[in-house]
Amino acid sequence: MTQEPIGSPEIYRLQVNGESHDVQDAWLGESLLYVLRERLGLPGSKGACEQGECGSCTVLLDGAAVCACLVMAASATDADIVTVEGLAPDAALTDVQAAFLDEGAVQCGFCTPGLIVAVHHLLEHNPEPSALETREALSGNICRCTGYGRIFAAVDAVVASRADQAAR
Amino acid sequence: MTEASAPAATATATETVTALRPGVLGTNAARPDGVPKVQGRFAFANDLWAENMLWGATLRSPHPYARIRSVDVTGAWKIAGVEAIVTAEDVPGQPTYGLIRQDQHVFASAYVRYRGEPVAAVAADHPETCRRALEAIVVDYEVLTPLTDPEEAIAGTRDRIHPDGNLIRHQRILCGDPEATGPIVVEGNYEMGMQDQAFLGPEAALAVPDDDGAGLELYIATQWLHEDRKQVAACLGLPEERVRLVLGGVGGAFGAREDISLQVHCSLLALRTGRPIKMQYGREESFYGHVHRHPAKIWMRHHASADGVIVKIEARMVFDGGAYTSTSPAVLINGVTHAQGPYRCPNAIVDGYATRTNNPPCGAMRGFGVVQACFAHEGQMDKLAAAAGLSPVEVRLRNAMRTGDPLITGQPVDSVAPVERCIRETDALPMPPDLPADADVLALPGGSGRTADRGHVVRGVGYGVAIKNLMYSEGFDDYSTARCQLNDGVATLKFAAAEVGQGFVMLAQQIARSILGVDEVMLDTIDTQIGSSGSTSASRQTWISGGAVDAACRKVRELLLEAVAERHGMPALQLAIEGTDVVDTIGSLRIPVADASAGLRLDETVEYRHRATEDLDENGQGNCHVAFAFVAHRAVVDVDPELGLVKVVQIATAQDVGRALNPLSVAGQIEGGIAQGLGLAVMEEIIVTDGMVRNASFTDYLLPTTLDAPTVVFSLIEEPDPQAPLGAKGVGEPPCISVTPAIAAAIRDATGRDIGRVPVRPQDICLS
Repeated sequence: MTQEPIGSPEIYRLQVNGESHDVQDAWLGESLLYVLRERLGLPGSKGACEQGECGSCTVLLDGAAVCACLVMAASATDADIVTVEGLAPDAALTDVQAAFLDEGAVQCGFCTPGLIVAVHHLLEHNPEPSALETREALSGNICRCTGYGRIFAAVDAVVASRADQAAR
Repeated sequence: MTEASAPAATATATETVTALRPGVLGTNAARPDGVPKVQGRFAFANDLWAENMLWGATLRSPHPYARIRSVDVTGAWKIAGVEAIVTAEDVPGQPTYGLIRQDQHVFASAYVRYRGEPVAAVAADHPETCRRALEAIVVDYEVLTPLTDPEEAIAGTRDRIHPDGNLIRHQRILCGDPEATGPIVVEGNYEMGMQDQAFLGPEAALAVPDDDGAGLELYIATQWLHEDRKQVAACLGLPEERVRLVLGGVGGAFGAREDISLQVHCSLLALRTGRPIKMQYGREESFYGHVHRHPAKIWMRHHASADGVIVKIEARMVFDGGAYTSTSPAVLINGVTHAQGPYRCPNAIVDGYATRTNNPPCGAMRGFGVVQACFAHEGQMDKLAAAAGLSPVEVRLRNAMRTGDPLITGQPVDSVAPVERCIRETDALPMPPDLPADADVLALPGGSGRTADRGHVVRGVGYGVAIKNLMYSEGFDDYSTARCQLNDGVATLKFAAAEVGQGFVMLAQQIARSILGVDEVMLDTIDTQIGSSGSTSASRQTWISGGAVDAACRKVRELLLEAVAERHGMPALQLAIEGTDVVDTIGSLRIPVADASAGLRLDETVEYRHRATEDLDENGQGNCHVAFAFVAHRAVVDVDPELGLVKVVQIATAQDVGRALNPLSVAGQIEGGIAQGLGLAVMEEIIVTDGMVRNASFTDYLLPTTLDAPTVVFSLIEEPDPQAPLGAKGVGEPPCISVTPAIAAAIRDATGRDIGRVPVRPQDICLS
């Protein structure tokens, strides 16, 4: 008895980083993380726990920071999805990305894309977070290399430079 | 002094380096992999993809100990999309592998000896197909009673669970007068749980078979390409030159990628199918797929004079190696040879055992045996302080090792040994402010969910000091290879040193810029198309691969200066590189390196070795280590003694780094190591009962988050080590070693409880 292949004949469409992508022949059990990485050529979002504990797969779904590993891809058809690849045009760096580099917040880099998205989300909603607010907002993003000190420094640097620009 | 969480953190470092050219040694040079990493464009091993690729997956034992009666794969073959199924009988070469002893089967054949041991692997068109295929494989097990108590392994009361026996290694150290004693005798029992490296990027590889099917290319996240190649080629029955390894992007390592995990399985499936195979572990499988930090039980007794000077130590140390050898013999040797800590000790009797059980295999993790020893000897120092009526700082100062002092192995510590400075500078760092009366709940022990009452919170302070060996020991031929080319003012470097996040790629560029006076330094692919660089472990790459890159660049510089000298009819000895120019040191000639090297093809490859080491004799005597680094930590904790909750408020540390080659990266190593040591102190433990892992997930295995991270204040002690090629000592391991006992001591200080075990659990505080 040979079982049927697992791909579904149904086609669904995802809006990612302002572009429309048709997904076909996919198994409907695939997570948004899997589809982004393996079908849409967007491997920037990382998978490290598959259960929403580590934040490495953080993406914006209609502006909310979510773990892409916990979202069924086929259920995200009506959402505006932004991944780390969609934060800045090709080759450019956002201020958050630049601050992560300047402050030494990147070591192995596996948690970095998820953290970059999470920091953008934090500062969008709270431009001048207190130290505790930053810690609370980023507590769903695990980094195993840095001990977080340089990441806090990067957030502080962005807050300072944005405040500086706003004051001009 | 540097306040790590403030933006001023690197200002001190930057001020001291303003005179330096950007990107050279001593500056905070940028990482060459930084931009792609923040953009999400850096290719980690599990981001790789190939045309016509299949997925691979592994079937693992559900039992810690069982005899395999039969393996029936017929059900799996009936699933559409399955392209290959391999078991023990399909391994074409050597059936076993291992770093020190090849005692683990590629796939279990007769017995499984730990929960999670690989039994079979499949290749299919989709990960979900793989999962279904694994489910359809029927293994008939005769379940056996697992050996889980290391003491039973030592006593020899159980039948052998492996042909090599139940004891992996015993080592004794006898030093001085065994009868020596003093008016003060203190003893204690210390226990450490099993810690996981928990790197973020799970194991992953892509194997691409050669067209002729007689070889392959393996893109792999590893710590040691050449050792992997040796083991993979042996198991595949191929000559090493037919197996080419390329470093896939590595998402952290911390020791867990030193052993083989999926390398052979993935390669075998690729050769079987003639198609590229991608394998990646999920988090649960990652817990089963790599070795962990050894859980240990240590008894120690210190004899001292009335004024607290150590006369003798006695210790019995038991490290549970689990089912297979991995690096247990070397971990054990690190444990016993560091039993005295960074203190003078004329007499010693130490017995160490590494056992084989049906628990998860244990091997390398940051600190490598010294973490366990340090937790015990630092607990003892506090007992000694109390008995002698001294402060924890004073007792450590009184016994602090100095350069030239002998270890209990008889080996003189001829590394720079600024132990006293480490202690004094740590103690001089500012204390954190008191916990405010109206502190936010997030700042209290337990955080927002299990809120401690502010009125119940008590503060404690504790100290820890450590000595850590650097690089490989016991006669291992430890070396690194590097190639440097210089052409038209551009240097190109090639080496096989695994970049796992620590920043060696950046350091290599800094070295070339400093030695050759170039700004642009290209890095060739990190692969096995050059000689070995050894493992990215044991705090060794900065010293040994840094030494190799440094030596290759110096040879190229010599060739360049000779060429310029010949062109200008002057002795080469008169020439030097200053900034980015070749200059005549006694004349006026000044030529940019870019011009001086135009048209030349300078190319040198160098093998760099550290001095030889020796095996220990039967009494544990011998010069078995190469070099040492030192560190001290002070922990400040807030504890709610009734709820057993702990918040680590601040860690202060002074670390002996030799020379800070990239101060920002040193800060990152210090803060990251402290977080891992904090995890071991109060959060992280793989819970194993009856050989079964109970918490193989990030939901149940607790890692420090942003809310758990303490404020870190640190001071770098820069006394360049004359033995070290760049004056710098490895900085990776020391940060995670004495921070754990410092936190445990702070909890003891806050609660008065006799904490003898880490991680410290709520019940250890409130129910003990």
